[in-house]
Amino acid sequence: MKLARTHLLSLAAVAVLAAFLFVADTWFDAFTIRVMNLSAIYIVLALSLNLVNGFTGLFSLGHAGFMAVGAYTCALLTMSPEQKEANFFLAPIVPWLAHVTIPFVPALIAGGLVAALLGVLIGAPVLRLKDDYLAIATLGFGEIIRVVLTNTQTITNGALGLKGLPEFASTAAVWACAALAVLFMVALTRSSYGRAMKAVRDDEIAAGAMGVNVFRVKVMSFAASSFMAGVGGALLGHLLTTIDPKMFTFMLTFNILLVVVLGGIGSITGSVVAAIVVTIFMELLRFLDGPLNLLVFQTEGRPGLRMVVFSILLMAVVLFRQRGLMGNREFSWSMLSRAGLLPKSEKGKHGLA
Amino acid sequence: MTLALFLQHLANALALGSLYALIAIGYTMVYGILRLINFAHGDVFMLGAYVAFYGAAMFLLPWWGTFLIAIVFTAALGVGLERVAYRPLRDSPRISVMISAIGASFLVENVAVVLFGGRPKGVTVPDVMNVKLQLGQVSLMSVSVVIPVFTFIILAALLWIVGRTKTGMAMRAVATDLDAARLQAIDVNRIISFTFGSGSLLAAFGGILWSYKYPQLNPLMGVMPGLKCFIAAVVGGIGNIQGAVLGGFLLGFVELMVIAFLPTLTGYRDAFAFVLLIVVLLVKPSGLLGSRQGEKV
Amino acid sequence: MASLRTEHVTMRFGGLTAVADLNLEIGPGEIVGLIGPNGAGKTTVFNVITGMNAPTEGRVFYGDGDITGRGRHEITQRGVARTFQNIRLFRELTVLENVLVGCHLQMDTGMFAATLHLPGYRRKDRAAREFAMELLREVQLESHASDPATSLPYGKQRRLEIVRALATRPSTLLLDEPAAGMNPQESVELMHFIRRIRDQFDLSILLIEHHMQLVMGICQRMYVLEYGRTIAHGDPATIQNDPKVIEAYLGVG
Repeated sequence: MKLARTHLLSLAAVAVLAAFLFVADTWFDAFTIRVMNLSAIYIVLALSLNLVNGFTGLFSLGHAGFMAVGAYTCALLTMSPEQKEANFFLAPIVPWLAHVTIPFVPALIAGGLVAALLGVLIGAPVLRLKDDYLAIATLGFGEIIRVVLTNTQTITNGALGLKGLPEFASTAAVWACAALAVLFMVALTRSSYGRAMKAVRDDEIAAGAMGVNVFRVKVMSFAASSFMAGVGGALLGHLLTTIDPKMFTFMLTFNILLVVVLGGIGSITGSVVAAIVVTIFMELLRFLDGPLNLLVFQTEGRPGLRMVVFSILLMAVVLFRQRGLMGNREFSWSMLSRAGLLPKSEKGKHGLA
Repeated sequence: MTLALFLQHLANALALGSLYALIAIGYTMVYGILRLINFAHGDVFMLGAYVAFYGAAMFLLPWWGTFLIAIVFTAALGVGLERVAYRPLRDSPRISVMISAIGASFLVENVAVVLFGGRPKGVTVPDVMNVKLQLGQVSLMSVSVVIPVFTFIILAALLWIVGRTKTGMAMRAVATDLDAARLQAIDVNRIISFTFGSGSLLAAFGGILWSYKYPQLNPLMGVMPGLKCFIAAVVGGIGNIQGAVLGGFLLGFVELMVIAFLPTLTGYRDAFAFVLLIVVLLVKPSGLLGSRQGEKV
Repeated sequence: MASLRTEHVTMRFGGLTAVADLNLEIGPGEIVGLIGPNGAGKTTVFNVITGMNAPTEGRVFYGDGDITGRGRHEITQRGVARTFQNIRLFRELTVLENVLVGCHLQMDTGMFAATLHLPGYRRKDRAAREFAMELLREVQLESHASDPATSLPYGKQRRLEIVRALATRPSTLLLDEPAAGMNPQESVELMHFIRRIRDQFDLSILLIEHHMQLVMGICQRMYVLEYGRTIAHGDPATIQNDPKVIEAYLGVG
C-alpha cells in the first residue's frame, strides 16, 4: 500500500510529538507536566463537546454532568478498599462497591460507558426539543446529576467528595486518550455518518427528508459525546486526585464551551489548538492574579479575575469573529505548502481536510 | 403537621413564589420579544441586591432610597447589556446569541466576585420588614407579607402598562412579529430597550426583597434563582407574563411544600425545578398557559 | 413501481383546516400537478405525504403499504422523495456532499462501521460517490463538486436539490415549486429536465407549481386546491376551461 505524502507527513508529526512528550515528561518540572497533561484532557473534553454542539448542531449544556459521572465511576472502581474506607468516614460505602478494585483502563472505559448510557437515557426524551429548550433541559440534567451526586452519601460520599485517587493520569495515558479522541473525530467526521450528522446540523428537516434517521443520529452523537466526556472527566479526576460535586458545575461546562468557541465550532483542529492555548493561559493568568493583591481591589476569588478575562474573550470572539480561530475548517498540509513553508507536491490540491 | 406549621410553610411558599415571579417576568418578556434566554438576568438580580446593600452601608440611604438607586442602576445595566451583547447579534444564528448571553452572565458574576469579594455579606434588614406578626397560632415576619403584596401591586401595574398603554401594545406587537412591527413604524429598538429595562428593574426589586428575606449576599446568589426562574417562565408558558407569574408561584410552592411534607428530600431541593422543567417540556412544551408554535416548512 | 394514493386526507391545525378531504392518486410514470392560489394547502399536502405531519383524518397509501404518519426517513426509504419550496440545501457542505447525504440510505451503516472504515463501508462509500458524481453530471454540476453548496447561483441550487432527492433512489418525486424564480427560458429547460428524469429514473412525479406554462406543458393531470379543498381535477384542457379554477385564480395563467 503506497503511503500518500500527507500520511507520511502526519506520521512524522506524530513521531515528533511523541518524542517531545517523552522528553518533557523526563525533564520538565511536575507543575509544567501537569499543565501539559491538563491540556490533553481538555482536548478530549473540547472534542466531545464539539462533536455534539459543532458537528451535530445540538446545543447541549449538561457536559459537566457526564464528566462527573465518568469521574466518579472510574474513581470508585480504581480506589482500593482502604482508600474507600478512609474517605467514607461519615457513612460507610455501599457493600457492593467496597471491595471492587479494577485496573485503570477498564475503569476508564466503564466510566465512559456509564456516562454514555446516561446520555442515551437523557437524550431520548430531550433531543426532540429545539435549540434553547434543549440547552436549558441539558443544563437542568447537568444540575440534577450534580445534586444527586451530592446527596447519595453512601455511593459518592456526598459533598465531601473523594480524595486520594490513584495517580493514573500519566503523560502517556492522557496523551494516548487525546490522540485516540482526535483519530476518532477525524474518522467520524469524514465518514458518511459524519456527513449525516452535519446534515442534521445544517437542516434537520431536509436531512429527514433525505432518509437520514435524524433521531437516531442525534442520540448516537449524544452518546458518543457523553462517552468521551465521561472519559475526560475520569482523566481529570485522576490528574487532580480529588473530586467533589462542586467541581462539576455549569462553570466547568462553560470552560469547555469557551475552548470550543475560541477554536471554532465544527473544527477539530480548532478544538485541539484552543484546548492547549486556553489551558496554558488559564495557568499563566493564575500568576498574574498574585501581584494584583497589592492594589485596592481584593481579588479574593482568584478564579474571578481570570474568568473576567475569559468572559470578555468569549464575548469578543462571538461578537467580532464568530467563527473562532478556525471557523469550521481543518488543518491540512497543503495549507503549509500554500504558505510557502513546504514544497508543493503534484497532489498539492488535496490536503488532509 | 399542625395547621399553624402548615400555614407558616404556606406563607413562606407564597413569599418565595412572589420572588420567583418577579424574576421570571424579566425572562419571559425578553424571550417573548427576542427568542433569547437572557442568562445574565439572574446576575442583574444579584447586582440589584448588592447596589441596595452598598447604598445603605456606604451611603447610609434609607431603604426606599436604596430601592431607587438599585432600580436605576439595574435598568441602565439591562439596557446596556442588550446594546452590547445582544443587539450586534440580532441577525446571527441563535447559538451565537446564546454564547454571548452566557459570556455576559459569567462576566457580570466574575466582576462581582472581583469587586465585592467572594465572602457573603450580611444585609441589614430595615425595621419595617423585621416586625414579627402574630396571627393566631402563626407567627410571620412582616417581610413575608410585604413581598407578596408588593409583587401583586407591581404585577398589576405591569399588566396595565402592557395591556392599556401604547408602549405596551407596541411591546406585544414586537413580540408577535418583529419585522411587521418595524413596518408599522414602531421603534423596535426603543421597545426592546424598554423591555430589558423594565425586566431588569423587576429583577432588582426581586433582589432587594430577596435580601430582606434571606439576608446573605454573595456574587453567585443569582445563578440558581436565575436558572429556576427561567424554568418557571417556561413552565408557565414562555413569552406570557401571566404564565411567568403562574410558573413562579408554582415553583415556589412545589419547592417549599414538598420539603415541608418530605423533609428527607431537602438536599434535592434545587433539583425540583429541573424535574418540573423536564416534565413540562416532555408533556406540554409550550407551557401551562402557552400556545403551540410550529415551524413553517 | 409504486403508486401514491391519499384517502380523505384532512389536515387541521387548531382551528384552521389546511387540507380538506383530499383524494389524490398518482400512477406509475405519471406527472401530476398540484396547483392553486397561495395558501391553498399544497405544501401541507406534501408535508402530510412525507410524514412531516400526521393527518388529522384520512390515510396515505404508497404501493401496497399504509404510510400514514410514519417517520420521515421511513417514507423516504420506501421511495418517496421531495424538494422544498424554499431551497433547503446543507449550507456547510459541498455540492457533492449534499448529494452524498441523499445516498446515506443506501449506505446503511452504523456509526462504528463508518468510523472504522471497515471494508464493507469503503465499498459502499465508493459506489455512493460514483453514483453521486453521475447525478451531478446529469445536471452539469460535476465541476462544482467540491464547491460549497451555497456558492452556486440560485438556478443551479434548485437543480442540486432535485438531484439530491434523486440520490435517495425514489420511485416517486415530489417537487415543490421547482421553477420558482426562473425566467421563461429556464422554465422550459426545467420542463425538459423533469421529463428526462422521469423517463431515465422510472419515476412518478407530483408537482406543485405556479408557472402555468410549465404545469400545462408537462402534467398529464392536475388537482386544483383552494383553501384546502379540491375544486377541480383533470387534464390541462379541462382545468383551463373550468370556471371555478378561473375564478380562484382571477386571471393568472
